[in-house]
Amino acid sequence: MTAACPACAVAPVGDGPAPDAEGEVLHLSLPDIHCASCIRGVERTLAALPGVRAARVNLGRRRVRVVTAPELDPGDVCDALSGAGYTALELDEAALAPSGDPAARLLLARIAVAGFAMMNVMGLSIAVWAGAEEATRALFHWIAAAIALPALAFSAVPFFASARDALRAGRLNMDVPIALAIALAGATSLYETITHEGTHAWFEAALSLTFFLLAGRYLDLRARAAARSAAAELTALEVPRATRIEGTARRVVAIADVRAGDRLALAPADRAPVDGTAESAALIDRSAVTGEADPVAVDAGGAICAGEIVLGSPLTLRATARAEDSTLRRLARLVEIAETGRHRHQGIADRAARMYAPLVHLLAGLAFAGWWFGTGSVGTGIAVATAVLIITCPCALGLAVPTVTASMTGRLFRGGILLKSDTALERLAEIDTVVFDKTGTLTEGRMQVALDGAAAGVARALAQASGHPVARAVDAALAGHVPAPLTDLREVTGEGVHGLWDGAPVFLGRGSAGTELHLPDRVVPLPLEEVLRPGAEEVVADLRAQGLDIHMLTGDTAARGGALAGRLGITEVASAVSPEGKARAIAALADGGRRVLMVGDGINDAAALAAAHASLAPASALDAARVAADGVLLGGDLRAIARTTRTARGALARIRQNLWIASLYNAIAIPIALAGLATPLAAAIAMSTSSVTVVLNAVRR
Amino acid sequence: MNVLVVLIPVSIALGALGLLACLWTLRHGQYEDLEGDAARVLLDDETEPPET
Repeated sequence: MTAACPACAVAPVGDGPAPDAEGEVLHLSLPDIHCASCIRGVERTLAALPGVRAARVNLGRRRVRVVTAPELDPGDVCDALSGAGYTALELDEAALAPSGDPAARLLLARIAVAGFAMMNVMGLSIAVWAGAEEATRALFHWIAAAIALPALAFSAVPFFASARDALRAGRLNMDVPIALAIALAGATSLYETITHEGTHAWFEAALSLTFFLLAGRYLDLRARAAARSAAAELTALEVPRATRIEGTARRVVAIADVRAGDRLALAPADRAPVDGTAESAALIDRSAVTGEADPVAVDAGGAICAGEIVLGSPLTLRATARAEDSTLRRLARLVEIAETGRHRHQGIADRAARMYAPLVHLLAGLAFAGWWFGTGSVGTGIAVATAVLIITCPCALGLAVPTVTASMTGRLFRGGILLKSDTALERLAEIDTVVFDKTGTLTEGRMQVALDGAAAGVARALAQASGHPVARAVDAALAGHVPAPLTDLREVTGEGVHGLWDGAPVFLGRGSAGTELHLPDRVVPLPLEEVLRPGAEEVVADLRAQGLDIHMLTGDTAARGGALAGRLGITEVASAVSPEGKARAIAALADGGRRVLMVGDGINDAAALAAAHASLAPASALDAARVAADGVLLGGDLRAIARTTRTARGALARIRQNLWIASLYNAIAIPIALAGLATPLAAAIAMSTSSVTVVLNAVRR
Repeated sequence: MNVLVVLIPVSIALGALGLLACLWTLRHGQYEDLEGDAARVLLDDETEPPET
């Protein structure tokens, strides 16, 4: 079918099910799709599924939106897609950013209006520059005013709003000179149009300034929105549901509906959704909450915090708090307190504006006074002052930062590093100290035991006979080995497990040097070592080569912390640190003049992540930590951190270059404007060339 | 110069038409998935009957 009109081209052409229909809306993540035939395959599979009313793939976000009949189970939809060869994961709609970001849409509309007005007014201006005279020129100016003023009133709102906010707070930012230039250019041009006094109307300058700056802003917003949406998707993958025990029945409910007193069934490897008490003795992994790597045994009635993982056997949890009152939320408050410090950070653009704005405004004021005094005409004074404000290229200065951050954020995004915060790139470039959390960040939170062959089988068989945390950890670490056939297994509390292997006595338990395995012919010390995350050793070496100090803060014991720090060659270690203690340690480093990058994954790291100058969290981190961090690292490899700091420093250097380029143009243009020689044509040329230079410098490799 | 009376309104009207079209695409969410739309162009339209 050939589309005869634009409307036909965008109307659904019977390609799979209709994009919209009534019913339950379901969002699925499709991490593997990448091409047109994937789109077709997914949409066809879904269309063939009874109960699916509509489906539309979003390739950019690797997602599909499905409208289903209410009775259709999301699991069936995922299974159908898996059957067709596409991995599909359910997303929690509440955690997703609403599709079609309204802020981005409004910004696009402003760009469209500014672009339309700029083109038309520019066309008229070219006629004026080419030599239109008298009545024709007046007519052109009037038409330009009729187009430009309403367009500016709509399109330039973001600059006026931001400048107003800055002035109200008693600060100067880049938007102050920009807003002033736009407003003065509009007002002066209108005045000249009405009085026919001057020959210069600056409408096209004001409009192209608005257009270019809005475009820069949009690119920046889009790069960050992509990173934010990917980070939100990590959260959305953890669909918040719990299994509630109601009498003899079990019902899956939303975590928000869990009340204190409810009994929840937790399977092994489940995370406790709310605070509660265990109804039976259990073994839990507290690493996400406290940073302890070793599993902890909890007696019946013992407290379990939200975020802790149940190991070993299923457990019934009696909720003592609702989700929003649980430990997680309590720590969220700590995060808010810690974050207030970061909001005071002033970006390089604002710092540049603080130097640039007073200078330009002073020059414009002097030009006005000088020309007024010299010629006796207020109009001439204002015209020259306006020329100074416009020709000083706030455009290139305004584009210097967002174009670089957009291009670098996009580059990092493609490398699996999601930067969510707008000043994160600059802050990452300034760090001089890196603080790592241990469990779950440098390590994978698993143990390994250096044992092989028959000895491993014996150790595992002995470990399985005991419920002691160390035994459980040994068992888990040796999961790849077949337990040896032992007889006469008996556990001696406080000592270990004895048994007979082919008639000879063997033993696993406490020895003179920690945990030991006694075989018939020898005694093997069994140090449990934590498994390092891929790239952990390289990243520490690389960051140190970049001249950064490496510290480690862990909630785990001094023995474990010290052992791991020794393996990685980290000398600055603090162990058994509480969540508040971590935030305090970061604050103390900051007070000492350090700019700290915090890397952590647990709830206990959240406050420290928020307090640090910049922060990163691995994708495996708990939601609270990912939210508190500036950036999230997809993929398990820690080397991405070293890449991020290097890219950030490169970005800062690029921003500085851009500011210098813009200043260079100013150094040439300001004397010309002060001399009263600047024309709208010269302003248009200077603005375009400087802006294009800055943008090209930002996107080059 | 009388030709301007016709040409200027015509050129502005054409520009405005472009602007309206752009705003219309915006309202209909056509900038939500640029990557996907680029790929969809390649899909054959199989719902059309085969040409005779």
